[in-house]
Amino acid sequence: MKKAFDVVVAGAGPAGIAAAVTAAAQHRRVALVDDNQRPGGQIWRSGASLPRPARVWLSRLEASAVEHLSGTRIFDHPAPGVLCAEWNETAMELHYEKLVFATGARELFLPFPGWTLPNVMGAGGLDAMVRGGLPVAGKRVVVAGTGPLLLAVAAHLAARGAKIVAICEQAPFARLAKFAAQMSRYPGKLLQGLAYRLAARHSRLYCGCWPISASGSTALESLTLRQGNRTWSVACDYLACGFHLVPNLELAELLGCRIQDGFVAVDDLQQTSVANVYCAGEPTGIGGVEMALVEGQIAGLAASGSAEAARKLIPQRRRMLGFVDALRRTCALNPELRRPAADTTLVCRCEDVPFGTLREHTSWRDAKLHTRCGMGPCQGRICGAAAEFLFGWGPDAVRPPIFPALVSSLAAESTNPNKSMEDA
Amino acid sequence: MPDPARSITLTVNGTMVRVQPGTTVAAAILIAGGYTRTSVSGEPRAPLCGMGICFECRASIGGKLHQRSCQILCTQGMDVRTP
Ligand SMILES: Cc1cc2nc3c(=O)[nH]c(=O)nc-3n(C[C@H](O)[C@H](O)[C@H](O)COP(=O)(O)OP(=O)(O)OC[C@H]3O[C@@H](n4cnc5c(N)ncnc54)[C@H](O)[C@@H]3O)c2cc1C
Ligand code: FES
Repeated sequence: MKKAFDVVVAGAGPAGIAAAVTAAAQHRRVALVDDNQRPGGQIWRSGASLPRPARVWLSRLEASAVEHLSGTRIFDHPAPGVLCAEWNETAMELHYEKLVFATGARELFLPFPGWTLPNVMGAGGLDAMVRGGLPVAGKRVVVAGTGPLLLAVAAHLAARGAKIVAICEQAPFARLAKFAAQMSRYPGKLLQGLAYRLAARHSRLYCGCWPISASGSTALESLTLRQGNRTWSVACDYLACGFHLVPNLELAELLGCRIQDGFVAVDDLQQTSVANVYCAGEPTGIGGVEMALVEGQIAGLAASGSAEAARKLIPQRRRMLGFVDALRRTCALNPELRRPAADTTLVCRCEDVPFGTLREHTSWRDAKLHTRCGMGPCQGRICGAAAEFLFGWGPDAVRPPIFPALVSSLAAESTNPNKSMEDA
Repeated sequence: MPDPARSITLTVNGTMVRVQPGTTVAAAILIAGGYTRTSVSGEPRAPLCGMGICFECRASIGGKLHQRSCQILCTQGMDVRTP
């Protein structure tokens, strides 16, 4: 199957929705592609009890002429102007004049003994599971890791009746205080943070604290926490643990976009180093929803040839850059977080490769070749980022398919004349 | 609010589970009291990321193997299998 559009937007989170709706308003033929069934990305997908901006943007999307290709996963970029995607076990070629990718971010997970037990999840991970119908009323939950997401998750789970046993933030108290002071420039964010804290006020917030081990026979039963020299155990049913976010850069790398300090480099109009390719949202810097929306609109306008209108939004984006920076400094990981992993602690969950085995290697590539670390279905999305923190290893070059694709999709792709011309 | 009139019934390893519309298959598997897969060294595993990244939630859904259950919503009569 082949489809052609003026603008293809990859990722239907806030950034992608804003880009698609804005480009469609400029009378462009727009496709919005996302591997989930519902639009909204990490934060607006659940549909239930959404804040006002979410309702506004989702109804704009609904009312627009944007063709929403849901449940569709982009796995390759065989030639400029073409993407390969898979939908319902069928391969699809998407042709574009301009591409905006808004592929978002994922949580960073750090290994510690017991982290592979059932009911140890990401912070956003447990949150997403609860939005997806997992009941937590009466369950004892520890929320841990770093970043403002922890308070948001604790507040949401508390509202669903969970008993939040502890909130463990790895950053020291002084750094959080500084962050809060800086937030006075962003009153909306400050108020939101306070509201989250208030909603989970019955739970204690520990700073400079993190889990060092989890135990249980077939699922999580208890956790050992460390704060400074003190360690103690708590009984709990779930651990929601994420160490802030890392951008999804697989598509960016496949497209050949320049990456700088771990993020996609863009100019004022969200244009990447590759012609006709724009990027918006978390891949350009972890900045939250407001930033994603502004960047999405700029990219949508720029990709529809309305640079003038796009420029009007640049000051709005610039104001948010301070927040991105403050967030990055606040969430910087304590090197001590490398210590909980023991030799027997699995780092690669797909292939069950332990820390002790990886330690004998000198690079990610070397470890991959000899241990199969990162070669399982997640393709290193979980263990790659962990290994980067644990060993300082840089990532390996990305190769298609960026998501495991069906053999039939790959076969359809290899008969694509563009591809064979390129390869020739 | 749960609404029994709108609930969906599916089976997880042959056991009936009743859920609300909008429930993911991953949530239904946990509600049924199971886990999603056994790792290569034999450990039980359950969802980690909830967003389609980690592949820990793979299950067989309606006869299709290795589906990421956190990305798929339950439908009436769905047949879900885990190891
Ligand atoms: C649980 C949770 C709670 C949060 N709460 C808050 C909050 O209270 N306030 C706040 O400011 N921020 C919050 N955040 C952060 C917020 O989610 C992000 O800032 C925002 O979603 C970024 O939007 P985005 O459009 O850049 O990316 P995302 O929302 O991540 O959307 C990217 C989309 O692209 C899709 N995608 C990626 N690759 C492909 C591919 N190859 N093919 C097809 N589709 C693909 C993904 O599946 C995803 O749907 C929260 C995050 C989480 C996880
Ligand atoms: S829980 Fe990670 S892919 Fe489904």
